Amino acid sequence: MSEAVITTDKLTKRFGDFVAVSEISFEVDKGEIFGFLGANGAGKTTAMRMLCGLSIPSSGKATIAGFDVYKQTEQIKKNIGYMSQKFSLYEDLTVLENIRFFGGIYGLTDKQIKTKSDQLINQLGLQQEVKKLVVSLPLGWKQKLSFSVAVLHEPKIVFLDEPTGGVDPVTRRQFWDLIYDAADRGVTIFVTTHYMDEAEYCNRISIMVDGVIKALDTPRKLKDNFHAANMDEVFYELARGAKRSE
Amino acid sequence: MRTIKFLLQKEFRQIFRNRAIVAMVIAMPVIQLIILPLAANYEVKNVNVAVIDKDHSSYSQKLINKIIASGYFKLTGYDFSFKQAYRLIESDAADLILEIPQGFERNLIRENEQKLFVAVNAINGTKANLGSAYLLTVIQDFNRDVRLQFIQPGNFNQQPTIDVASSNWYNPLLDYHMYMVPGILAILVTMIGGFLTALNIVKEKEVGTIEQINVTPIKKYHFILGKLIPFWILGNVVFTLGLLVARLVYGIIPVGSLFLMYGFIAVYLLAVLGLGLLISTFCETQQQAMFVMFFFVMIFVLMGGLFTSIDSMPDWAKTVTKFNPVSYLIEVMRMIMLKGSSLKNILPQLGIIAVFALVLNSLAIFNYKKTS
Repeated sequence: MSEAVITTDKLTKRFGDFVAVSEISFEVDKGEIFGFLGANGAGKTTAMRMLCGLSIPSSGKATIAGFDVYKQTEQIKKNIGYMSQKFSLYEDLTVLENIRFFGGIYGLTDKQIKTKSDQLINQLGLQQEVKKLVVSLPLGWKQKLSFSVAVLHEPKIVFLDEPTGGVDPVTRRQFWDLIYDAADRGVTIFVTTHYMDEAEYCNRISIMVDGVIKALDTPRKLKDNFHAANMDEVFYELARGAKRSE
Repeated sequence: MRTIKFLLQKEFRQIFRNRAIVAMVIAMPVIQLIILPLAANYEVKNVNVAVIDKDHSSYSQKLINKIIASGYFKLTGYDFSFKQAYRLIESDAADLILEIPQGFERNLIRENEQKLFVAVNAINGTKANLGSAYLLTVIQDFNRDVRLQFIQPGNFNQQPTIDVASSNWYNPLLDYHMYMVPGILAILVTMIGGFLTALNIVKEKEVGTIEQINVTPIKKYHFILGKLIPFWILGNVVFTLGLLVARLVYGIIPVGSLFLMYGFIAVYLLAVLGLGLLISTFCETQQQAMFVMFFFVMIFVLMGGLFTSIDSMPDWAKTVTKFNPVSYLIEVMRMIMLKGSSLKNILPQLGIIAVFALVLNSLAIFNYKKTS
């Protein structure tokens, strides 16, 4: 029996006259890898920020891990991890210092931080880099590190905003291995991406165009519905009608 | 408490890895306190005076010698026409022209009266004002000497004179360093504390790390305290360095209690850092924060009572200085350092600064939004 950890009902965000996100409704189940696709400017990041409690919606309803996005943003924050588009660990701290810092402010005990960081460093193969400043790491490693930091406190849901932007295919593949690992542990993954091959890795995907969700299904069914050979064609079919772009 | 521990650890690591900040905190107070009090001196020296002596008498020579001997004046020209002297003023080579008319000595002896002409270059207002005032004093002095010579023994018919003997309390030698050093230290503490905090949160916004913080369950006041405490400590370091320089370089040993001074600085820093934090919650970029902070610091410094006395400001300006924390710090620093004031004396200022600290920090916490 699956249980929904994210539910939204006509969730909307307006900035003045501009409707960034218009009445989106969907559910995401526990342990699911949910792909959130859309062209630039379609409203993905805005939608995600509302779900993370970083931005208050203009109207509509949403609950994350059972908490309300209007009133319980701080409870939501205890239960989610977030990795933004822009790399946002402290570049002037070392790998280990970043891990300890974020572990600490999520309230992990010293013992937990110790085991978690050992585990994480082994998993990422960062033994040599532990004492290096994060600024000196290559982009791919930074991305893997920030994902690992985002799931450090064992959140119920982790939100990833274009986590593999600018990363080579091999590193992307490794990154997705990390995502699968987390999903196997029962973490729900909510991920935005521009790479259609990555979309195929998701259990279900939604495609957003101009602030509206135009399609939502498994990759296979979407391809069947649009009589498309691959996700690229599906995306192109939907997104070419877009009026907004960055 | 644990959260704050982690925040402080992070903040201190970042500060000590930033060479520019460490250099600022150590070098700025030391260098500025050594340079500024020596240069920023109210005494006007080297006033350039051009003398047009049309009399060429022993009395006119005596007067000129007396003027030069005072130590405040430099003779840039002597003995030419008014036109030539005027040209000196135009080219800024002279600040004052003193014209000694023909018949100076004769009139002085025979008529007991003679007028002198002084022209002042008022482009540099302070120098001109003080320079002409000095010159007049010297001439009056000369006048008295002359009069004494004229008095016949036994003739007491001269004008009675009142001689005022003043003594300067708390700074008996009117040493400008005593006056400037506490004030400059006050400004340094304000600038370093204010700028560092104003730029800090904004930097996190620019880099994007604040987003990662905002998505954690961290409490707003934890975050603000995590920013406040490190810079509060740095502010105290700056202040301590300043006191050391004051003692080692200028030999200024505070008359009042050191403990009281640190007590006041402790509260004062909270106020200034609160302002910095408040500004950084409003601004999006370091550039904006820098400009806004500059706006305040300029007013704070120029209206703080260091360079111009608050007592001589117009009423509206006096009202403005009431909202200037620097004016209270400068006042209190001078009170404690020079006069040895006790807690009871500085209680009003302490109370006002405490209100500043409370209001500014509350506003900063209120205005820092984790959710927009």
